[in-house]
Amino acid sequence: MNRDAVDVGLFVTCLVDLFRPGVGFAAVKLLETAGCRVYVPENQTCCGQPAFNSGDFKGAANIARDVIATFENFDCVVAPSGSCAAQIKVYFPELLASDPVWSARAELLAEKTWELVSFLVNCRGVEAVDASHQGTVTYHDSCSGLRELGVKEQPRKLLGSVVGLSLSELEGAEECCGFGGTFCVKYPEVSGKIVGQKTEAVAASGAQTLLAGDLGCLLNMAGKLSRENSDVEVRHVAEVLAGESGPAIGRG
Amino acid sequence: MMQVNSSAFKEIAHKALHDDQLQEALGLLRTNFGDARATAVERLPEFGALRNAGRDIRNHTLENLDHYLEAWEVKATEQGAIVHWARDGEEARRIILGLCRSVDAKLMAKSKTMISEEIALNPFLEDEGIEVIETDLGEYILQLADEPPSHVIGPAIHKTKEQVADLFRDSHAALDPARRLVEISDMVGEARQVLRERYFEADVGLTGANFLIAETGSSVIVTNEGNGDLSQGLAKMHIVLATIDKVIPTLNDLATVLRLLARSATGQEMAAYTTLSTGPRRTDAEGGPESCHVVILDNGRTGWLGTPFQEALRCVRCGACMNHCPVYGAVGGHAYGWVYPGPIGAVLTPALVGIERARHLPNASTFCGRCESVCPMRIPLPKLMREWRRQEFESKIQPLRQRFGLAFWRWLAQRPVLYRWATAIAVHGMRLLARDGRIRRLPLAGAWTSVRDMPAPARRSFQSQWKGRK
Amino acid sequence: MSARDDILAKVRAGIGRKPGTDRGPRPVPAPIPARGQVEGEARLVLFTKQAEAVAATVVRIPDMAALPAAVSNYLAGQNLPAAIMATADTDFDTVPWNTQAMLEITRGTPGIADQVCLAQAAAGIAETGSLVMTANADNPHMASFVPETAVVVLRASRIEGTLDDAMARLRVTGDLPRAVSLISGPSRTGDIALKIELGAHGPRRVHIVIVDEPEAA
Repeated sequence: MNRDAVDVGLFVTCLVDLFRPGVGFAAVKLLETAGCRVYVPENQTCCGQPAFNSGDFKGAANIARDVIATFENFDCVVAPSGSCAAQIKVYFPELLASDPVWSARAELLAEKTWELVSFLVNCRGVEAVDASHQGTVTYHDSCSGLRELGVKEQPRKLLGSVVGLSLSELEGAEECCGFGGTFCVKYPEVSGKIVGQKTEAVAASGAQTLLAGDLGCLLNMAGKLSRENSDVEVRHVAEVLAGESGPAIGRG
Repeated sequence: MMQVNSSAFKEIAHKALHDDQLQEALGLLRTNFGDARATAVERLPEFGALRNAGRDIRNHTLENLDHYLEAWEVKATEQGAIVHWARDGEEARRIILGLCRSVDAKLMAKSKTMISEEIALNPFLEDEGIEVIETDLGEYILQLADEPPSHVIGPAIHKTKEQVADLFRDSHAALDPARRLVEISDMVGEARQVLRERYFEADVGLTGANFLIAETGSSVIVTNEGNGDLSQGLAKMHIVLATIDKVIPTLNDLATVLRLLARSATGQEMAAYTTLSTGPRRTDAEGGPESCHVVILDNGRTGWLGTPFQEALRCVRCGACMNHCPVYGAVGGHAYGWVYPGPIGAVLTPALVGIERARHLPNASTFCGRCESVCPMRIPLPKLMREWRRQEFESKIQPLRQRFGLAFWRWLAQRPVLYRWATAIAVHGMRLLARDGRIRRLPLAGAWTSVRDMPAPARRSFQSQWKGRK
Repeated sequence: MSARDDILAKVRAGIGRKPGTDRGPRPVPAPIPARGQVEGEARLVLFTKQAEAVAATVVRIPDMAALPAAVSNYLAGQNLPAAIMATADTDFDTVPWNTQAMLEITRGTPGIADQVCLAQAAAGIAETGSLVMTANADNPHMASFVPETAVVVLRASRIEGTLDDAMARLRVTGDLPRAVSLISGPSRTGDIALKIELGAHGPRRVHIVIVDEPEAA
């Protein structure tokens, strides 16, 4: 494990901030255990992905500049979300490519921005976590994390070290859950069908708990499971890795 | 042009979601084409490198497209083909009609070409008194049913075997009504029998082109049925209809793309028939068409060159994108409302019919990225869909409520203090609606709660708790 | 301005090229799969395996003298009448057909009524188990498409390893004939409910007879 102290700016993400702060605290705990000093800049709001995916490139670029200014002085920037981390890492440089002042700054920030679990495993060399969880879990690979950032083996590796936990692979784990940002409210019926296929697979896995690394996916899947009166609990993978307990998503 | 129904995406999707037979067919696509592709890819260690090579050779060709089109034309002409250039569908149709008239054609045997659907060739020729028969089994079924295709490889996969049997009974009136039409093999056998006679009667055979090869002046068709060969091989005149983006430089480049095409489409190593046609017959003794005419069509493609959409011209029409798309997999091809469904349809349709009519298509995507991850030509489909959304945003044709909502969010996001204040209020409001940690009906966001519950937000945001901690 | 000039002008404007300029450099050559790069017996084995995987049947005979028996046996095994139309290929002129007296053999190009046809392939491709059929007066294109059963003679010496080798072979004879078909097994369709059926339009059966004897020099 990498023992060098680093200053990490935690990019909380708007969904974690408003819907499930526990994920933020779990991230802090995991990062501190891995030898990081964690800072949470007060000025952060949103990574700008809604604007970007709606075609408002100028608006997304303006938000990008704010994020860069807020975070660029940390050694690393870590987000408990593949899609937000990808927005910063992959799309900020694209958005600002023709800006003479900000293009280089975007590149520099992109180089040191990470999704949480892949940061722990690939950057800090974490091989195991000190946590326990009795029961079977199944894991959904959120699209951005998987395809844009290569997050696949890392959460499974760390889950493998959790005492008492057994992982049942989800059929179609790499298939989209139907969230897609504004897609799920613009095309609710189609989104509902897609997430229904996902919850079917969750039921078939026999797991008591569903995990993923992106809160957008998790809120979507938890909402559907709840509407189906399922007993399956839904949590962010960071919560289990950090040994956080408390009510699952959507459970009081 | 074929009728555009893309603005009815939601309505057609709604019907599709409640169509059990269609849902079953779409499930089959995922296994038969999707899983088969994965197996075939695993068996070819060089597949990833071949994708890069495919992308690179297509890019190189597009970047030198004038050179390769001229080289192809010289060679094709030298081999006895007659090349006609058409700017748009109207010109192409007139040229093809003129060619048919020149041999007094009564019947045209057609092999599958999506470009002919783009330009609505069949109804035009039929109005002019020329009978057109589709020979690809899927297209033949659709011709009988008078429906548009729903997939680029299997255009009639949305039809059940019972529906096909009914169509055949209605249309093949000369056959014994007591005949057995129960198994799919019965129907395939019947189609074979009926169409064979038509091949021998046809005056003109029209094929599309998967590729044009500059080195040899050839057009290439890739089929499993052999219908393209029978269409062109028995008629007096062979007409090829191709767009300018089909040209590739050499036979070796053909080998490269062939290694990618069938594998990506159906998981086969090669389709049953890959035929290179070069000009008319050389001697009477060998049989085959006396004349060969190639219609080279632009139909808007030149407008994409030099724009981000130039990348979409690499498409080889394998269908892998739609086979792996969660949205296509939920609603099928008719919801896309025109010739090309799925992710490639979401990119091409606005380019060919205008974003105003086709705005749903690039918007009805989760940007999951699976399409790009399976595209043999590495086309960045989500990026191109996002480019349509950008053009839509800048020409202000998005719905007002959506523009306002997103503009408000963006405005807040740049004002952290106001953001925290406004979101705290919204969160508080949502918590009032929550029971047992979830919300079953959300005013203003009924779209979310129409299909799922909304987990209640937190009492105190992370930021405020973090501040409190310090 | 003609449509041709108009289109080419628009192409050049789009990609920023001037007329008469040379094309840019080609990208690095594409990889050729290792699988097909085998020689000798291994190549024959691969060809047979790949061809059988696409539902063709394959037998091997030492020379053309054994062809009549091979054809008779095949037809009998498939419960087909002992009748075959062979193309005008001159190699079939010297085959001792009379050694199979019960086999009815005609020469020519198959028409709508002809069920079984015998032709000779220009080459084979081990990588994919494909036949390369080049159309000419000796072996018309339709011989591979019209009959219900296609029996194809393939000299072992003509079996190439990779698709690229097959393309190189096509180049050797200069310009291409009117039609060159790479044929991988029988005709098939999955267009109805994705169920694969053989014999959609082209042959329902493809029987490949590999002949060890090379062609006459």
